[in-house]
Amino acid sequence: MSDFIQFENVSRQYGNVRAVDDVSLGIRKGEFFSLLGPSGCGKTTLLRMLAGFERPDTGRVLLDGVDITELPPERRKVNTIFQNYALFPHLSVRQNIAFGPTVARRPRREVDEEVDKMLALIQMRDHADKRIDQISGGQKQRVAIARALINKPAVLLLDEPLAALDLKLRQRMLIELDMVHDQVGITFVFVTHDQGEAMSLADRVAVMNAGHIEQIGRPVEIYETPQTSFVAAFIGDSNFFEGVVEEVTDVEHVKLAIEGFSALRAFNDKGLAKGDRVFLSVRPEKIRISRDEPHAGPDYNIARAVVDDVIYLGTHTLFWLRSGDYRLAVEQQHNRFVLDELPIRWKDEVWLQWHVDDGFMLERYAESDEALMGIPPQRVGEGDPAPAANERG
Amino acid sequence: MAEARGLLERRHEPWITLPSFLWLVLLFMVPAAIVFAIAFKPSDPFGGIGAGWTLQTLRSLGDPNYPAILWRTIWLSVATTAACLLLATPTAYFMARTSASVRPLLVLAVIVPFWTSFLVRIFAWKVVLHPEGIVKHALAALHLVPQDGSLLYHSGAVLLVLVYTELPFAILPLFAAAEKFDFRLLEAARDLGAGPLRTFWSVFLPGIRRGLLTATLVTLIPALGSYVVPDLVGGPTSEMLGNKIAQRTFMDRNLPHASALSALLALAVLVPSAFAITLARGKRGDGTGGAA
Ligand SMILES: Nc1ncnc2c1ncn2[C@@H]1O[C@H](COP(=O)(O)OP(=O)(O)O)[C@@H](O)[C@H]1O
Ligand SMILES: [Mg+2]
Repeated sequence: MSDFIQFENVSRQYGNVRAVDDVSLGIRKGEFFSLLGPSGCGKTTLLRMLAGFERPDTGRVLLDGVDITELPPERRKVNTIFQNYALFPHLSVRQNIAFGPTVARRPRREVDEEVDKMLALIQMRDHADKRIDQISGGQKQRVAIARALINKPAVLLLDEPLAALDLKLRQRMLIELDMVHDQVGITFVFVTHDQGEAMSLADRVAVMNAGHIEQIGRPVEIYETPQTSFVAAFIGDSNFFEGVVEEVTDVEHVKLAIEGFSALRAFNDKGLAKGDRVFLSVRPEKIRISRDEPHAGPDYNIARAVVDDVIYLGTHTLFWLRSGDYRLAVEQQHNRFVLDELPIRWKDEVWLQWHVDDGFMLERYAESDEALMGIPPQRVGEGDPAPAANERG
Repeated sequence: MAEARGLLERRHEPWITLPSFLWLVLLFMVPAAIVFAIAFKPSDPFGGIGAGWTLQTLRSLGDPNYPAILWRTIWLSVATTAACLLLATPTAYFMARTSASVRPLLVLAVIVPFWTSFLVRIFAWKVVLHPEGIVKHALAALHLVPQDGSLLYHSGAVLLVLVYTELPFAILPLFAAAEKFDFRLLEAARDLGAGPLRTFWSVFLPGIRRGLLTATLVTLIPALGSYVVPDLVGGPTSEMLGNKIAQRTFMDRNLPHASALSALLALAVLVPSAFAITLARGKRGDGTGGAA
């Protein structure tokens, strides 16, 4: 493996919590890599092992082929943007940025020049002599970035750097981070629990759950081809059907037995065999809704449903439907004739249709995953499903 | 709103602070002025204060013993303060870093000695350091002190016991500052390339500088005025100014002379305090203080 950063079978336990559980992971040079997962899944612990604040109980961490597992943080060419920025309150903006090179005993004049360059880069020249409690949240983040980058690290670690900012600022800093990454070209490892941040910034994403990695891939791979039910539910929304493989119809497809539905077919990328118990996962925007019975081609699944709720969201409409025992979410883009069409309303009977390749079969998820993700029960009668709970945030 | 309230407060400020101001004037400034004034009065043969004014007492401060005693008072106090800060700062650091459930116990451990009388604790030291005591014998057996040497009745013993008595007063303000310190800053410093010592020096100490200042004042000032400790564990060669003031008052019954010495000591206390306060003001001026 020629990965720039490598975690090899790394584990870390706190008391009886397995914060990181036998993780192996490779990150490429220059990549914007994101660790994504719910709070408490071990992202920070993994990042801290790379920064040097945490020793793994077992396993190794390699940077550029060199084992750095035992190296103290000050000897690693890695710098961190902390969640609260951890700027030094007793120093000015300028002194904060100069901290690294000063500690490294670089000549005073050289340090001053570098700091001036950094101040220009983050557009904070006018605030150089302010104290940390005199600048805004966004400015603090920029100072934290400058303070890290001035050391020319091989890797920049970011632990939920946007969490402390309000929505507008978060969107702006997101763009700034992306620009900084393009400018300096070093490897970024970005920790977040926000899928939007991870998806929009990262070249590749590792989705974590309960100390282990569920899936690594490009954002589009993670979204379009989730490998586990955890990923399918955590990234975006999905409709889950419980079923059993009834028949393997060809190399790529199977026929599923799902209570209340007739002959649903699905894409079989995991080589499942007859009799396997599975979840069928279908994204809400992959399902088409119509008043009239659609043409039933061999490549489409068709089902009937009753409309429970219609939520107009401007860019699209979200329908909550009842079909058999299931409560389903369906998103429909509008076309420009939306006002002329006879709208679909509450209690209407409709047809659903989706391409067989848009249905993924996944292993049944564990109870613990459900609690972690707050997956609302999909089956009617299993608790009271609050429609809004599954709405995209 | 906030501005209006500020204005209101400013207008009422003299009235609000009046009681404490009166307290300060009546109980501190007036007595201090009286002590200074008495230094310029003659003494009468019955231990009272005579009529008229004289510079005689001030001249008697020229006693060739006094410079040595004043110098000893200052270096013992400074050494006590330095030793206390050196011991208390790491102690406060570790207290603040222990889990929140253990911390109250540690604070209690620091305070517990106060439940025993100050005098009893110093007598305990006399027992511990006694020439026939176990510590002396142990050290002598290890040839660390001569067989006929003494652990008591010299400046070393005074310093040791002064450090012992002042240490809790140094630990408490330092702990209060360390507890408020954001320890994630230490990780940030390590992350930026500073080793553990550099991190402690450049980030932790500036972070608790308020506590350091308080600890310095609350150990230095009592140490300068101490007389019980040198009286009990010190000898003739380790007298401090406090001993002299006590002698002039109780033995010579020369109040003007005692007052002159007190004034001298008061100046020795006031000068470093004023210096420290100016220093703190300066810091606050450039915005440091606001963070607290
Ligand atoms: N210093 C610690 N002591 C005890 N438990 C910890 C410590 N750090 C993290 N944990 C536990 O390890 C798990 C993973 O934590 P963390 O890596 O911070 O997760 P994340 O960053 O994904 O929210 C959590 O259950 C957390 O409670
Ligand atoms: Mg975290």
